[in-house]
Amino acid sequence: MKPRAMKPWLLLAVAMLAFAPCLALAAEPHLAEPVPGMPQLAFGHPEQGRFLIASIVWLFIIFGILYYVMATYALPGVAQVLETRRARIEGDLEQAQAAKQRADAALAEHEAATGRARAEAQAAVTTATQHAQAAAAEKAEALNARLGAQIEAAEQRIAASRDSAMAALRGVATDTAAALVAKLTGGADHAAIDQAVGAELAARGRA
Amino acid sequence: MAAEGNSIDALSQFSLTPVLGAVGNSVGFTQSTAHMLLAVGVVTLLMIWGMSNRAIVPGRLQAMAESAYEFVHDLAVGQIGDEGKRYFPFIFSLFMFILLGNLLGLLPYGFAFTSHIAVTFGLAALVFVIVTIVALSIHGTHFFSYFFPEGAPKALAPLIIPIEIISYLSRPVSLSVRLFANMVAGHVMLEVFAAFVVMIGSAAGVLGILGATLPLAVNVALVGFELLVAFLQAYVFAILTSIYLHDAVHLH
Repeated sequence: MKPRAMKPWLLLAVAMLAFAPCLALAAEPHLAEPVPGMPQLAFGHPEQGRFLIASIVWLFIIFGILYYVMATYALPGVAQVLETRRARIEGDLEQAQAAKQRADAALAEHEAATGRARAEAQAAVTTATQHAQAAAAEKAEALNARLGAQIEAAEQRIAASRDSAMAALRGVATDTAAALVAKLTGGADHAAIDQAVGAELAARGRA
Repeated sequence: MAAEGNSIDALSQFSLTPVLGAVGNSVGFTQSTAHMLLAVGVVTLLMIWGMSNRAIVPGRLQAMAESAYEFVHDLAVGQIGDEGKRYFPFIFSLFMFILLGNLLGLLPYGFAFTSHIAVTFGLAALVFVIVTIVALSIHGTHFFSYFFPEGAPKALAPLIIPIEIISYLSRPVSLSVRLFANMVAGHVMLEVFAAFVVMIGSAAGVLGILGATLPLAVNVALVGFELLVAFLQAYVFAILTSIYLHDAVHLH
């Protein structure tokens, strides 16, 4: 049942009719004849009985108006408002559900992306460290090799110098010894001196 | 009209007086009729003007109209079942009409048209006729099996069938007398205690005024009680109508 908007004149008419009791109170006449017993049951009373019957007729007319207005205008309107509200709430709940699902998906995606990025960064760091370590090791090795070669060369030079110095030592010692002996004795046996120097050097391990 | 001499006239408050002058007199337009129109006006204004905002979040008046709607709707659908939606406007009109009739009678200068057996019996007879028509239109002649419950021994038929018919026919009587008697009793009590207030208060000076507070206090409590009765009797009328309609739709 599609609700119809109530015509303004009908609403006005109902409102005006509703003011009838005010008019009634403004000029309430009193019954000429008192009613014995319960007025509700005085159907035989000349005046009251007539009003009682009339009230039944009025009741059906007025209740009929109420039923018509309620069934045609008022209740379908309320039903529509309630239905609109129900649909609205349901729609909102569905929207919220969808939004939550979207948010959950976005969160999951974000977490996956973060995980991937973390793994990639970890891998990059590991590779870079390995590269750096390898490069450093290579460099150190090259340096070690160069230094080793230099040390070896220096040692050879030192050994050569020492050998040549050692070789010169015998001549110098023999000459010095011969000169000393000649100065002391006036003559020198070169063969004996040479032998003695050789023996002395051999004794000191410097031959 | 309350106290004349030493006798309390608690019943003349129910007599119908014509209003709207000679025209009202000639068409039998009494204060009772005027209050019926007022009730219709109040219900219409509540349900149409109160709902005119059609708000998703209702205001006070709209919440009142909606709760009235939902209360009676739940009652009708709960008692009758899904078919109750068809009869819901009728039950709603009945409930609101009786409720307003009861409540308007509690206002000063108000008149409870539900305190008249002519009115309550008119409504009960309307319910009775509608229920019978609904039952006949749905079940046809099968409706008459309602007066003899299935499975009852055949020998008891002469006893059961008259009892069932009498109980069916007494429905409008009990329905109307219950509402009528409740409203009359309430208003007679209010009138009697109000008369006590006047009688004691005007009797013995200061002591009388002090003594008059006692029936006044009783009357205050009675008004609260009558508010409950007003609502309860409208509810009882509506729910019994729903039960009768359930019987008419489902036959037991």
